[in-house]
Amino acid sequence: MRTAFINELIVQARIHPEIFLVVADLGYSVVEPFAAEFPDRYLNAGIAEQNSTGLAAGLAAEGYHVFTYSIANFPTFRCAEQIRNDVAYHQLPVTVVSVGGGVSYGSLGYSHHAVQDYAALRTFPHMTIAAPGDPAEAKSCVDYLVKNPGPSYLRLGKAGEPNFHADALPGLTPGLFCPAIQETGKTARKIFLTTGATLGLALEAAKELGPEWSVRSLPLWSETVKEDIRKQIASLDTVVIVEEHLSAGGFASYVREAIGNDTALQGRIYSVALDARVCGLVGSQKFLRKEGGLTVDHLLQVTRNVSPK
Amino acid sequence: MKNSLELAQNVRRTALQMVHQANASHIGGALSMTDLLAVLYTEILKVDHAAPKWADRDRFILSKGHSVASLYATLAWQGFFPLEQLQNYGKDNSLFMTHVSHKIPGVDFSTGSLGHGLPFGLGRALAAQRKKLAWRTFVMLSDGELDEGSNWEAILLAPHLHLDNLIAIVDYNKIQSLGSVADVLPLDSLADKFKAFHWAVREIDGHDHAQIRAALSSVPWEPSKPSCLIAHTVKGKGVDFMENQLRWHYSSPNAEQLQNALSQIS
Repeated sequence: MRTAFINELIVQARIHPEIFLVVADLGYSVVEPFAAEFPDRYLNAGIAEQNSTGLAAGLAAEGYHVFTYSIANFPTFRCAEQIRNDVAYHQLPVTVVSVGGGVSYGSLGYSHHAVQDYAALRTFPHMTIAAPGDPAEAKSCVDYLVKNPGPSYLRLGKAGEPNFHADALPGLTPGLFCPAIQETGKTARKIFLTTGATLGLALEAAKELGPEWSVRSLPLWSETVKEDIRKQIASLDTVVIVEEHLSAGGFASYVREAIGNDTALQGRIYSVALDARVCGLVGSQKFLRKEGGLTVDHLLQVTRNVSPK
Repeated sequence: MKNSLELAQNVRRTALQMVHQANASHIGGALSMTDLLAVLYTEILKVDHAAPKWADRDRFILSKGHSVASLYATLAWQGFFPLEQLQNYGKDNSLFMTHVSHKIPGVDFSTGSLGHGLPFGLGRALAAQRKKLAWRTFVMLSDGELDEGSNWEAILLAPHLHLDNLIAIVDYNKIQSLGSVADVLPLDSLADKFKAFHWAVREIDGHDHAQIRAALSSVPWEPSKPSCLIAHTVKGKGVDFMENQLRWHYSSPNAEQLQNALSQIS
């Protein structure tokens, strides 16, 4: 996904002279082509995320659309107040990009596990969350963010993820689910709903379950599109939400907030997220997902508990 | 208003009235930077009260946003908005929150949490440098605020980027939230610290308009270096019972104290 991101950013930067990339001394073998082609719109600000984000807001106030880039929690939690006050409150076009969302950097330990980012960033005013599930979604998210500059957070996995969507995804809209993945039931009223890098996991489960189930993803979401979420949920029977984030405050919490006090709709929602026991555990992403309950088996188990309609 | 001394006097009076009416805090730090603001807005900053967003204006960022009473008063006296609007300061549903707000004409950035102004100002200065524009960015900092590490990230980076269009002004009034700077977390030698980070540094009496004028009208002081003006000031300057008193970081003058204070400034 990070390759899709930087490639698309370079393509967009050729068209949009306002695009500026600020890195906090991370991005080895990723950001170099951008730096080489656009030296006047690139800055390595050093290992200093508060300053990187603050100066990004300053650049944005002067007409740039700034992408800040770092890994895991560094561009988010380390400088959360700069994002909250300088970027979001002032409604400035700064896109915070984090590589290594979820437990991608498993063996690097808790400092590198980005499992509370949705919870923090989605509550800031004017923030759009962009959490693509494959390179096609990543490309389309960047296209959307460039065309709709504002405070935003782009959560990427690492590199080498496959494309799950057979086709390109032009014209993604915040709040609207992506088309169903082709192999799964297109008209199914039972869905796995994913954001971020859990798309492949949900797809595996859906294939086991057959055409009654489909996989939908929502790579773009924000506070302002909650009514769209509610309407789509209302047209479905069962929604199993799958996210690589702690269950507290994440995407499923967001969807449940969108539904509000409609108990009938709330009853259609199931959530599979990381159990907090992963905090402090060390291991591969696969291991940590398993320990946190984010497995195909767990998804299938949850579907067996779905109330018959 | 073209006379900085006259402006400073008016700003002190207005700021005192504002904090009294709003029962607001932070008059001490507002008074300590009043003379700096008065010279900036009469003789240094290229700004236009009739066009607050004029693209080629100098940018001014108040990083010590809690001291905003004297900035709002300065802007009002300089014609950015009618003085009467300051009666809304701190009132319900007012735009005039008691930390600086970018929703007010003439204000470029909201602050309140300390340590945000200099990184933001660095970004603006970098934008001007990259776009080859002539306007400058001035950032007013407090001394206590320099405890925040984010400032030092910016202080480290600005000289590396040769941002000689960035000017930091430290309102060095020697008192922070819970005591003197010397007791809480000493900064000495502040000038040496900035010099060690490769800034051009000058120290002045921050209440002497001639010194302020001489320093700020000649930036940048060294080629390719950002400038740091350390302005030695007195918290609560101009009101004898407020000067150098920690209490006036918090208290609001009552009616009797207000009259006493105003009588000292007239």
